[in-house]
Amino acid sequence: MNHSEIIKTEGLTYAYPSEDGTPKLALNGIDLSIARGAFVAVLGHNGSGKSTLAGHFNGIRLPSGGKVWIDGMDTADPDKLYEVRKTCAMVFQNPDNQIVSTIVEEDVAFALENLGVPPAEIRRRVDDALKAVDMYEFRRHAPHKLSGGQKQRVAIAGVIAMMPRCVVFDEPTAMLDPAGRREVMRVIRELNRRFGITVVLITHHMDEAVQAGRVVVMHAGRVLMDGTPREIFTQVDTLREARLTVPQTIEVLFDLNNQTGSDLPIDALSVSECADTLEKYLKR
Amino acid sequence: MSYILETRGLTQVYGAGTPFERTALDHVDIQVEKGEILGVIGHTGSGKSTLIQHFNGLLKPTEGEVLLNGRSIWDEKGKCSRKTRFEVGLVFQYPEYQLFEETIAKDIAFGPTNMGLSESEIKTRVAEAMDFVGLDPSMAGQSPFALSGGQKRRVAIAGVIAMRPAVLILDEPTAGLDPAGRDEILAQIRDYHARTGATVLIVSHSMEDIARMADRLLVMNQAHVMLCGTPREVFAHAEEIVAAGLDIPEITKVIRELNRRGIPLDPSIYTVEDAVRAIRAYKEGR
Repeated sequence: MNHSEIIKTEGLTYAYPSEDGTPKLALNGIDLSIARGAFVAVLGHNGSGKSTLAGHFNGIRLPSGGKVWIDGMDTADPDKLYEVRKTCAMVFQNPDNQIVSTIVEEDVAFALENLGVPPAEIRRRVDDALKAVDMYEFRRHAPHKLSGGQKQRVAIAGVIAMMPRCVVFDEPTAMLDPAGRREVMRVIRELNRRFGITVVLITHHMDEAVQAGRVVVMHAGRVLMDGTPREIFTQVDTLREARLTVPQTIEVLFDLNNQTGSDLPIDALSVSECADTLEKYLKR
Repeated sequence: MSYILETRGLTQVYGAGTPFERTALDHVDIQVEKGEILGVIGHTGSGKSTLIQHFNGLLKPTEGEVLLNGRSIWDEKGKCSRKTRFEVGLVFQYPEYQLFEETIAKDIAFGPTNMGLSESEIKTRVAEAMDFVGLDPSMAGQSPFALSGGQKRRVAIAGVIAMRPAVLILDEPTAGLDPAGRDEILAQIRDYHARTGATVLIVSHSMEDIARMADRLLVMNQAHVMLCGTPREVFAHAEEIVAAGLDIPEITKVIRELNRRGIPLDPSIYTVEDAVRAIRAYKEGR
């Protein structure tokens, strides 16, 4: 294993047991390598295998075939499982299922107490984690009185207090309103940029995937596409076949080209890029 | 003009008299027209979930009234009639967690059975509801728990549709679904609306989805109705919407950016189709 990669899978397959005895193949030969410090978004329709894949990154699921290495550790090695989970943490969809305490700072300290971290060290790490997600001023609040976005940020603080090198987010904004989504995405970007934490973001929202450095598209248990957001989102037809959509900023240019026979570049990942292209076209 | 659903001065105070007292709805007046699709948007805590729970009597107003077909849903004795529950069908967020029966057919039959319908009528309703949500009749005897998340959600929606409610209310029906799954569920809701003429209320955080579906939008903010009107009218108030913790469709942002750069396209455009049309018309008109 190359030292620069934090996650590596080789020929990874995973089969769910089924009622009639024929196992259902959810992952079918995945070879993936994720570099230290990367921000990778994983897209795919429901049932494409993306959450199953994510579960392999911290040993929630173990391969039926092939291998998964986290920071060089084989996840199938029971002696390494603890270290694997400390290295690569997970944040799930529903913040309510991830909060255990009645006070924000106690919730963030929960895992550290279980790990036997000294009290002074816990204090420092909890404060740092809450500041990192911009929830420090709420440290004495009751989590159930917070908004969805705030709760999810508390859940993220609980994870980063363990100082993992990698965090896998499994649809962290699915239950949030637009403001909550913006807050959580800002925190995720910060974790990656400021703290160098490797981020794997599973999402259905194309506008979130656009913010990653690399996009992996899953389809029928395999990796269908793998590239930069610009490379991926300009392949409109392939994405549609994989039951996905493209951001509206690309869709509008793609449709305009199709209808008028123009040859505008369609790789607009933001509102301003899209407006740049359209401005040039309209003022030409 | 008579409305199918109406609120007059509807007020809901949680935890009255305690230090946690909070007004979730503050003298809200809303009129829902018969047969329309009304989109309800608002950030978490804006009062929209409280509002829809009032529409079928799950909450009792602290003050004010809820009228169904012009009549209060609460009688003089302070009781909400069972009929209201059947006429206003409420599909909660993540309804798939509420499935409980052994088979898909039994789960869908739960509501109609409670209505006291005959066995043959229940059968008809179940078959009809399965058809509406695109579940194959051969699946009727299967366990709902063996289904995928998207299919479970359809079973849950079918369970409400089977009561043939005059008003169907769906709270975040597409949350957590992939784009194709979102489109399918929305198409089925639109189809149900077209075929039955039922009034439909959809709560959503997805401005793109709701913009395409709804005849009118209701924007809740801080226990009040902030805006109410057609998507065009509502999205014309982009700054206020964003300030209220919501968003406008990406394509509307692109058009507004072009406006700032001196290209006068209609700033209330909210679908890609309309945007392409307007851009072409502008280009050809020059």
